[in-house]
Amino acid sequence: MPGGEAKSVKILSATHYVMFATALLLGSGWSPSGHGASQKLVLTGASTIAPLAGELARRFESLHPATRIDVQTGGSARGINDVRNGVADIGMVSRALKPEERGLHAHAIALDGVGIILHGSNPIAALRRQQIIDIYTGKIVNWKDVGGQDARITVVNKAEGRSTLELFLSYLKLKNSDIRPHVIIGDNVQGIKTVAGNTNAIGYVSIGTAEYETGHGTPIKLLPLDSITASVASVRNGTFPLSRPLNLVTRGMPKGLVRDFIKFARSEQVHDLVKAQYFVPISVR
Amino acid sequence: MIWSKRNISSPSASAETVSMDTLMHYLLRTAAGLSATVVLLILLFLAFESWPALRHISLARFFTDPSWHPVEGMYNLAPMLSGTLSAASGALLLATPLGVASALFIAYYASPRTAGIYRRLVELLAGIPSVVFGFWGLTTLVPLINQLHPPGASLLAGILILTLMILPTIALTAHAALLGVPGEYLRGAAALGISRWGIIRGVALPSAKTGIVAGVMLAAGRAIGETMAVLMVTGNVVQHAGSLFDPVRTLAANIALEMAYAMDNHRAALFVSGLTLMLLVMALSGMAGWLGRSRHV
Repeated sequence: MPGGEAKSVKILSATHYVMFATALLLGSGWSPSGHGASQKLVLTGASTIAPLAGELARRFESLHPATRIDVQTGGSARGINDVRNGVADIGMVSRALKPEERGLHAHAIALDGVGIILHGSNPIAALRRQQIIDIYTGKIVNWKDVGGQDARITVVNKAEGRSTLELFLSYLKLKNSDIRPHVIIGDNVQGIKTVAGNTNAIGYVSIGTAEYETGHGTPIKLLPLDSITASVASVRNGTFPLSRPLNLVTRGMPKGLVRDFIKFARSEQVHDLVKAQYFVPISVR
Repeated sequence: MIWSKRNISSPSASAETVSMDTLMHYLLRTAAGLSATVVLLILLFLAFESWPALRHISLARFFTDPSWHPVEGMYNLAPMLSGTLSAASGALLLATPLGVASALFIAYYASPRTAGIYRRLVELLAGIPSVVFGFWGLTTLVPLINQLHPPGASLLAGILILTLMILPTIALTAHAALLGVPGEYLRGAAALGISRWGIIRGVALPSAKTGIVAGVMLAAGRAIGETMAVLMVTGNVVQHAGSLFDPVRTLAANIALEMAYAMDNHRAALFVSGLTLMLLVMALSGMAGWLGRSRHV
């Protein structure tokens, strides 16, 4: 070990490290909110809508350079709360408003539908709701019990926290811990690849994605639910049971910048962004 | 370390070289300090982000809860820990003999031309992005295993993919270690009339051992941390695998699958799995250091 001089250097550099550490933490973890923008809009709420809202915000900002739009996630409940408390200008809520939330104004910007998919070669043409429940909870483990060939069913489920999982569970009135999955997937594309590669698999994905893939020759098929065809069209006209509106919520009638943004989010010029997120755009006249 | 420092410091240095030395000394110190700080910062950050979960949820619950359903308040990480370890150790078990054998082939058996081509191929294998391995596994390997034993997405698929991914690491580091064996050892052994295999077993492998072990440890680190490819083929069901054909979820895959949509305690619990992963890798490198030391004694 060298003498005292090096020791003092060591202490000095230790202080440097701490300063550096603090600077890095401050820089990465808690980035300060932007400055200098003349108008600012804050959106909080559902993580389903956030990616779409982010894209919408980016395009809106490029059209209105003086505005800055801040999109934060935290769930539909947070969106409702923040709008009520005035913390956020717009809440993102990925469901229809509940009766006790009637005081707020909901503006649907898109629809989201989830369809059950099977491998293209599976002879099953339709499943009843109870049959789907039994398959997903492990009471039915063979396709022959629902009229198919003698083969074990591979149950494909979504990872915890995904909005498609939430919607699917609420439709079947199940908890995620009731489900006995064989494969758990992350995004829609992985789900489609998994089912396309396994003739005995059953899964569920966003209808927009599934329709696109069947149109491009992927060997999967969408099952009708409650005898309604699973298609973007039936989601759009509101008959498909496994669907929901994606809403932007405001406290009062929207004014000024808020009104402009909502009008923009519901207009034809953003349909490409809505479709890119595999949601169904709404035409507003 | 201390003796090596004495070796290079010369007593009769001029004033100019002294100042240069001091400058280099501080520069290198800062550089080394920075890289150490980054590791510490990552640990600090993980601990900081896990804190909300660790405060509300007792440590024992991460191993005794009935399952991993964070939205319903159940946080058992143990099946994912076992999944991570079994996938990584399975891959190591397959890749180590294959990798060392490839290295021996390149170094001692192949003609220079074949060795060159083979080495290039192994290097190419090392350069393939993990997501490509994942897609290949998902569209080819998993359906193949599915015909053998449904559902196909399984621990076995994960092990096979990981084997392919860490094989080049082991082969290339083992080859480098074998190149480091002094030529006079080999020539001396050959002069004694020992067979080629005898030289490899008695001279080359023992003196290259430390390098080979280091390569295996490096590969183990990659196998434990690999995310995308594993996520696509292992099925990701949170359970202790009863057989090679059961699906499992690894800690890294867990983070990648759920982080985008996690909130509050769920999010913090995912950081706990990150922290666990980090501790696992630290334990591994600690073990590597210990192995290296005990070999020298």
